[in-house]
Amino acid sequence: MLSSQIKSNEIIFGSCNKDLLEEIIFYGMGLGADFVEIFIENTDNSSVLAEEDFITSVSPSFGRGAGIRIFKDKKDGFVSTNDLTKNGLMKSVSQAIEMLDITDNKKREVFNGLDQHRDYSLSKKKWINEVPSIHEISEKLLVSTKSLKKNNKIITRKGSYSRNLQEVIIASSDGTYVTDIRLHQTVGLNVIASDAQYRSSGSRRFGSSGMPHEFRLWDHEKAANDVFESSMNMLYADYVDAGQMPVVLANKFGGVIFHEACGHLLETTQIERGTTPFENKLNEKIAHESVTAIDEGISEGSFGSLSVDDEGMEPEKSVLIKDGILKKFISDRAGELRTGHKRTGSGRRQNYSFAAASRMRNTFIAKGEHSKEDLINSISDGLYCKSMGGGSVGATGQFNFAVEEGYLIKNGKLTNPVKGATLIGEAKEVMPKISMCGNDLELAPGFCGSISGSVNVTVGQPHIKVDSITVGGR
Amino acid sequence: MNSKEITTQISEAADSLNLKKWDYGASFSNDYSVQVDKGEAKQLKASQKQILTIRVWNESNLVGITTTSDISESGIKKALNQANIASDFGNKNERTEFSPLAKDPIEVKDSKKRNPVGIKKLLTLLREAEVKLLESHESIKSVPYNGLSESFYERVYANSDGAFRSYTKSQAALYLYARAEEKNKKPRSSGSIKLGYGVEDIDIESCIKDASNKTISHLNYSSIKTHKYLICFSPESFLTIINAFSSMFNARSILDGVSLSNKNSIGEKLSTEALNIYDDGLHEKNISSSPFDGEGTPTKRLCLINKGRLENFIHSESTARIFKTMPTGHAGLGSKVSVSPDWIVVEKSEENSDLKTSLDHSTYEGEFVYIEELNAIHAGVRASQGSFSLPFDGWLYKNGKKISIESATVAGDIKYLLKNIVNIESNQEVTTSGISPHIWVDELSITGDA
Repeated sequence: MLSSQIKSNEIIFGSCNKDLLEEIIFYGMGLGADFVEIFIENTDNSSVLAEEDFITSVSPSFGRGAGIRIFKDKKDGFVSTNDLTKNGLMKSVSQAIEMLDITDNKKREVFNGLDQHRDYSLSKKKWINEVPSIHEISEKLLVSTKSLKKNNKIITRKGSYSRNLQEVIIASSDGTYVTDIRLHQTVGLNVIASDAQYRSSGSRRFGSSGMPHEFRLWDHEKAANDVFESSMNMLYADYVDAGQMPVVLANKFGGVIFHEACGHLLETTQIERGTTPFENKLNEKIAHESVTAIDEGISEGSFGSLSVDDEGMEPEKSVLIKDGILKKFISDRAGELRTGHKRTGSGRRQNYSFAAASRMRNTFIAKGEHSKEDLINSISDGLYCKSMGGGSVGATGQFNFAVEEGYLIKNGKLTNPVKGATLIGEAKEVMPKISMCGNDLELAPGFCGSISGSVNVTVGQPHIKVDSITVGGR
Repeated sequence: MNSKEITTQISEAADSLNLKKWDYGASFSNDYSVQVDKGEAKQLKASQKQILTIRVWNESNLVGITTTSDISESGIKKALNQANIASDFGNKNERTEFSPLAKDPIEVKDSKKRNPVGIKKLLTLLREAEVKLLESHESIKSVPYNGLSESFYERVYANSDGAFRSYTKSQAALYLYARAEEKNKKPRSSGSIKLGYGVEDIDIESCIKDASNKTISHLNYSSIKTHKYLICFSPESFLTIINAFSSMFNARSILDGVSLSNKNSIGEKLSTEALNIYDDGLHEKNISSSPFDGEGTPTKRLCLINKGRLENFIHSESTARIFKTMPTGHAGLGSKVSVSPDWIVVEKSEENSDLKTSLDHSTYEGEFVYIEELNAIHAGVRASQGSFSLPFDGWLYKNGKKISIESATVAGDIKYLLKNIVNIESNQEVTTSGISPHIWVDELSITGDA
């Protein structure tokens, strides 16, 4: 049964595809699905790499594809394809239905056609013409890598830029019909410094969403100075001695620890798997009372911000932890269905070939009342982690993070730089030990890899003090 | 369209755009996978994917590239056009050419391609595996990470000089990661992965047994004191560390200034004379073997370390030309061609008289740390500096008893590690990333919280 006349046999971006989408959803529901969701994307990406004083790589890419998800009871079948014709999409629906072994086509859920089109892309169609050209990007990257050449100890200089433009159509049997355009730009600088047997490296990454002019505004001189200083400070650093000690984690990317060690455990996918220690802790104290943590997708221009998530819901600001008390989990459609936690506009995926899952967006610890100096002054013997590298979290919640730039704290003062430090612990044990939060909250962009691929996020925090943590070293 | 038709289509489109020199790499795949949760199907997944990467050389012989999933006639034309525009930004300082070996014969092996068993069969097999794993020990409460998948794919390389290569393959994978809980103890997890050409080649029972045994063996755990220990690396963990520092053998990394080696490092002593390391992408145990690389160069066995000395670097076409040698079959097609190893094989050389052969992980009764698996490689390895600090799963062996180590890291320097190898056991084991025996190293730092 069609809601209206079919006009096209293929998805066409920039046109109204409502009739075709309705036909496909009706088809899936008619075969007995409880729920049908269609996610279609058209991408236009490019990246540029500058090494030393030359552009060494320019890589454009483009593509189209669809991901179709069918729910029956609490299980789901997901099929992705590059074929956006009516036949191709119908075939994908049939394949998902067959995978789920749906033979009872008695309708239990009703599809009443798609709601009014919510078009978030209207003001964004001009972005593709506003982003910097490859020429403009190349020129600025070369100026940036030149800025890194501050002495002869710098042996490797790199600048990289990437731009992802994603046009999406989302339609589902609850009536959702949404279109949007997403723009993400990121730029990074890396150096390696060397002197005799000593070596160090430094890197910084910057990123934005939905701001076509942001790269033009990027202060490459400041970034280059920052990366250079970091590599010089660490060049002759000694290895840190391992042990238990208090640490101060810097703001911005220091928030990666909260993201990895705690944030992931507050995603409903972890409840579904039974792998979070916080599953039954709602409204219980899981952190020090100085900790309030937020996940949101609404800060203008932030790397993890969205007009609408990949399931067609506008993102909300979710207070995850308030004064140490667990208040909310990050949830998507499957999470709501399987765990009962309401959706938060956090259904996200890398692209059409992944089913959406509950994922973080802009996640940060809220600012407190202390200055950075208050935190450092309160420690007689510890470690200041100025810049964090990456990290990982094991299946039972243990985390491990590399410290890219670290300094010893002696008698309330920063002293020698140290390298080779890693922070080791478990969220459940460390969260109650965050005893002081600074007043200098800042966010930093990053990429988060998980069940639904790599998505853009920001992490953030003010300077924070952890009373005791295991520091790995030599 | 099949791969021959795509080649014809690209050739015709290139002619119409007056593009004389081009090459492409493509991948076409169909993948099926299932996950279960306590006997119920959780997510069932199928995907049909096509990726096409086209390179174009302009009149100044500079290269541009584009990648697309759109292999329609208009998509191919658009890709050629974009690549042509990108060629204006081609690297003038490092020219790229076709591989001189792109038309050489390739070693044709029995591809052992299997037929799909289908989602329903995958689901049935995984459900049974989950049940058996849960029943294998009362402490195993769930299998939170699991999956059974099968993939069928074709890879193609062709160029305007008449080179054309393709191969089709199938591959299946089973992954079981169990979680065990006991009263008043922290949950412990471990798992196992098995690969095969098809689902029927996977030893499901052995995967269940490995996942169960590993998980149970970590139930009795304790913290470890921060100290320097004698270390025994499992085959898997030693291969992990060699792969993490493979920039030592990588000509691309040397040219980029991110390797510990330099152009003159061939012949340099890196380790004990008892160590040989090869890269052998065509090894019969390598399920994922490819007969040619991204530039069409045939894959081959290459000695990287011979009796402790650096013997060869791995190359793409352009790095080989700069180093005045031949490509080795390790290139990945890209605007900047990448270079990476395929399948590492570690073995004991003939010069092994200095090894302490009494160090055998199954019989040695002194104190040592056994590293079963290294984690967080992306975070804990500084390949350009040679240092590492990595969390691991493993055991402390002491007085003939072993106890699982709770949350610890091993830290050190790759050059120190290679030079302080004190034994290479005789038996090699096949893993998912290569082949290696157990390797013993003296005095590496372990950080624990005891």
